[in-house]
Amino acid sequence: MNEALQRYTKKIANAAVEDMVLNMGPQHPSTHGVLRLELITDGEIVKEVIPHLGYLHRCFEKHAESLTYQQTIPFTDRMDYLASMNNSHAFVMGVERMMGIDKDIPKRIEYIRVLVCELNRIASHLIAIGTYGIDIGAFTPFLWCFRDREHIMGMLEWASGSRMLYNYIWVGGLFYDLPVGFEERCREFVDYFKPKMVELNELLTDNQVFISRTANVGVLPLDVAINYGCSGPMLRGSGLKWDLRRIDGYSVYPELEFDIPVGTGLMGSVGDCWDRYKVRIDEIEQSLKMVEQCLDRLQKELKRTPEFDPRAKMPRKIIPKAQDYYVRCEGAKGELGFYFMCDGKSEIPTRVKSRGPSFSNLSVLPEISKGVMIADLIAIVGSIDFVLGEVDR
Amino acid sequence: MSFEGIKALLAAKFGADVIVGEETGGLQSALLIDADRITDVCLELRNNPDTYFDFLSSLSGVDYGVEVGKFGVVYHLASIPYKTQLTLKISKENSRDLADLPSFPSIYSVYRSADWHEREAYDMLGIFFEGHPDLRRILMPDDWEGFPLRKDYKNAEYYKGIKID
Repeated sequence: MNEALQRYTKKIANAAVEDMVLNMGPQHPSTHGVLRLELITDGEIVKEVIPHLGYLHRCFEKHAESLTYQQTIPFTDRMDYLASMNNSHAFVMGVERMMGIDKDIPKRIEYIRVLVCELNRIASHLIAIGTYGIDIGAFTPFLWCFRDREHIMGMLEWASGSRMLYNYIWVGGLFYDLPVGFEERCREFVDYFKPKMVELNELLTDNQVFISRTANVGVLPLDVAINYGCSGPMLRGSGLKWDLRRIDGYSVYPELEFDIPVGTGLMGSVGDCWDRYKVRIDEIEQSLKMVEQCLDRLQKELKRTPEFDPRAKMPRKIIPKAQDYYVRCEGAKGELGFYFMCDGKSEIPTRVKSRGPSFSNLSVLPEISKGVMIADLIAIVGSIDFVLGEVDR
Repeated sequence: MSFEGIKALLAAKFGADVIVGEETGGLQSALLIDADRITDVCLELRNNPDTYFDFLSSLSGVDYGVEVGKFGVVYHLASIPYKTQLTLKISKENSRDLADLPSFPSIYSVYRSADWHEREAYDMLGIFFEGHPDLRRILMPDDWEGFPLRKDYKNAEYYKGIKID
């Protein structure tokens, strides 16, 4: 047995004498999947949290090392299964850059990619908000969020044929063009959804009970967030304007107008659970803005034409030059990265490492939950908004 | 700061032998660093006001294959104030014997995000990190035998008497 494991076993054995060891999960509704948190508690106070991962480990990296790039795309969908489009977008972008075809992709394809990614981001944030409400004890917002998310799921199913795991974005193009009438239906959805967000804010965001449960709880200082590699709404909740869509300006994001919402400590202090929640609410608004801009372009100058073929630029064989490349992009949860190593001879990469944002975001949990109440721990866990599919990969 | 500037800065601070090579052919350039001094290099790159690489994006363990007989770690650093990226690589030859794991210094003391990433590299590739406070397996069960992402890994047939298929 290795030394660290011995130390850990001893610590748990000692803690069981003086304090209480409490297992939260792996089958616990508020751990959002199969995460096991081992809590060392003194009464109601959490002295230490030890997360145990791996219950949903599906060997993504091993799969990627034994399949071609095109065949790996469905596996990327299964990482963050709440925002599959964003995952495959990142993966595909990396492969395209290595092949040197990223500049040849037609504008219409890029706009469709951004459109579906932003729709998927909205869906992912809706889940985050809805399940966060249910963690805290608000049941209705959960139902409302799922009702509205269902419209997005329906649209994406229409486009790709699948509800959650799309396999829609391919290297060099798309599976299919958008179905006829998609843009109109999408616009209808945006018009329907905007007032629903106002309702949701009235019900949950400004709810005094909700604010009391989340403000000043789980405060994540900015330096800690950066040092732990937090990204996405976690990092922005701590007050830093860091969004890779703006920093790297990949795809067509430089052509779109959007703001980067950050946590301001409006209800408590900067970087508390409420701030992280609010960043997601604001991001939905920004995503809606981007969706509208994409629709404008797709309906005017980038209209569908009968001869438009979304698979025209697809390479027959994907064999990148011998090189290493790390691609990063802003997934729904934060910085999503893929590190490729190719030998230049084979269609199969020698090494693929995926950097899931939830993985790093979750690693900060033991740090910010020292000395909190058990009930507050639930609030903190919910505010991190991780997906175990991506933590364990 | 440019790639050449970083090279000059490290050479001036630690001597020219800290950089054992570089890879500049591809889209991203990488610096090959002397494996034993990676912690100091990272600390300097993080704290120096000209570089401020304060964000560790990713840390990947790499098995370079059975013939090469080499293991390595690749660090992807990002600087939030300067919006730049840098790749560092370290590697060591190794006999691939499970009793003799390749060992590198841990950068846990510089970036806390390395904590779980190093545990993952240990879990998947059997790379040991000296100075890591809690180097347990993270994704596989504690009693798993072998390291699944090694190129010579043979799939286990049984786990605790249960047939895997």
